[in-house]
Amino acid sequence: MARVETTSQVLTGAEATAHAMRQIRPDVVPVYPITPQTPIIQTFSRFVADGKTDTVLLQVESEHSAMSAAVGAALAGGRTMTATASQGLALMVEVVYIAAGLRAPVVIAVGNRALSGPINIHGDHSDGMLARDSGALQLYAQDAQEAYDLTVLAPRLAEHPDVMLPVMVGQDGFNVTHSAEPVALLADEEVGEFVGEYRIPNPLLGGEGPSSHGVFAMPDSYFEIRYQLVEAVEAAEHVYDELAAEYARRFGRFLPAIDSYRMEDAQRALLVLGSAAGTAKDVVDDLRGEGERVGLLALRLYRPFPEAALRAAMGGVTRLGVLDRAVSPGAYPPLFSDAHAALSGTGIELRSFVYGLGGRDLSTRALRQVLSELAAPAAARIRYVGLRGEDDDGES
Amino acid sequence: MMEVRWHGRGGQGAKTASQVLAVAYLKAGKAVQAFPEYGPERSGAPMLAYTRVDERKVRRRCAVTEPDVVVVLDPSLTHEVAITSGLRPQGHLLLNLEAGQDPGAAVAEYPGQVLAVPADRLARECGTRFPNVVMLGAVAGWLGAPTLEQLGEALDEVMAGLPPAAREASRQAMRAGYLAAERRDAS
Repeated sequence: MARVETTSQVLTGAEATAHAMRQIRPDVVPVYPITPQTPIIQTFSRFVADGKTDTVLLQVESEHSAMSAAVGAALAGGRTMTATASQGLALMVEVVYIAAGLRAPVVIAVGNRALSGPINIHGDHSDGMLARDSGALQLYAQDAQEAYDLTVLAPRLAEHPDVMLPVMVGQDGFNVTHSAEPVALLADEEVGEFVGEYRIPNPLLGGEGPSSHGVFAMPDSYFEIRYQLVEAVEAAEHVYDELAAEYARRFGRFLPAIDSYRMEDAQRALLVLGSAAGTAKDVVDDLRGEGERVGLLALRLYRPFPEAALRAAMGGVTRLGVLDRAVSPGAYPPLFSDAHAALSGTGIELRSFVYGLGGRDLSTRALRQVLSELAAPAAARIRYVGLRGEDDDGES
Repeated sequence: MMEVRWHGRGGQGAKTASQVLAVAYLKAGKAVQAFPEYGPERSGAPMLAYTRVDERKVRRRCAVTEPDVVVVLDPSLTHEVAITSGLRPQGHLLLNLEAGQDPGAAVAEYPGQVLAVPADRLARECGTRFPNVVMLGAVAGWLGAPTLEQLGEALDEVMAGLPPAAREASRQAMRAGYLAAERRDAS
């Protein structure tokens, strides 16, 4: 839970993440440091140059190579992190699938941004959704403090023996990456003790015997290996819950998989990922003040999808507005589809709202409108909030 | 919540000013947020930055559309950009303008408080070419918070990379802006 402390520093989400990386001291950070890269790497590379961490910063010729080098480094036996955004993640995706399949526990800091075309590098979840089915776990931070805390937590999640998977820690491009706010960092030693030593079974270097990685699998074995990946992703939910509890015990900051806000006796609620949660909390407070029984659910853990926890969090909600910052053209958007499957049979009516593509602002007024629409029968299959011509909030 | 909108040109330090003010308010015990509005990044192009200040954690991540305070770092912007757009009628409009310079029609029509500070001149007199630090001081002097000490510490933190002489000039310029606004004799 983000606290405003006198020891807080004013940092952007990107800077806070770079501090987390400095404190984690990964062995290797392969990066491709040009647009659409974020200030995460700009800041972290300065820490490396200033001798604040002894990480090997490997500058490679593309994001595809960055992820390839990350897979090699992680399997060789070194703790490995990287950072990317937008087209960079798109180019990485081929190898993100390989990282998951080879069970390489790489932590990927993502500044979630739109995909081309047209060219746009503003906040949007399209890049994360492109990697949704890769087998990489996905976390979404609401603000800079959470971006920091989730990054500190991520190596333990990635490297857990029941998991052994890449973890993407997402923060909304600009809304979080470039927004400065008070962030309370842990002490370097606290982070060092929390993440501990990097250990994987059968590393390429320094292991007990020879090992092969990236092998060929015929139809007689591929299915089983992919099924093991499914099991590992599903096991990660429990591991996340345990780590979140440990993090809270040690540092007094509790980041459950689902952030449940004012859901007591709520009849209508919103479901969001990322920075929309903060704006929505302000709106929920305003409407509660007016006697409206509304609440908010924000997922920090998106893959694996916390299905049972979501059902349990619904309480007496009868209508849920699901806000997606990405589309699946020709079908319902991703978060809505996931929530719809998870809540089937509950009788809860779900509505799909798409907002914020390419950095379009999500105003408090628009969120009030969404919550008031939830009180009435649905007017459209999918509502595009803030789209010019669709409603009055489409200026800019 | 108090929301401040900074108008500047790329390279004039509007983003830095938005952050220094946030850091200074944090030192004053407030919750803060500062962010720029990103467009094509060109030196000299009009740009915006924002500072939010509140008693409790600033959670919202939406754009600032109805600021309480507008600060304009470049005199030419008053004729080029809708500087009073959304500015609350009982708000504060702070301009970098010499006495006698035409502030433009929008400023004349604005019903709230307006203060003009000759920030370019005060900056030059203090040995810097950046009006942003003068305007930072002026905002604080006019609003009565944060204190000059808090601003100075914030400046040292945010501009830690500046050579000592340049930082000292910035501090002097900030002080000049603060005193000018505090005395309200700026224009």
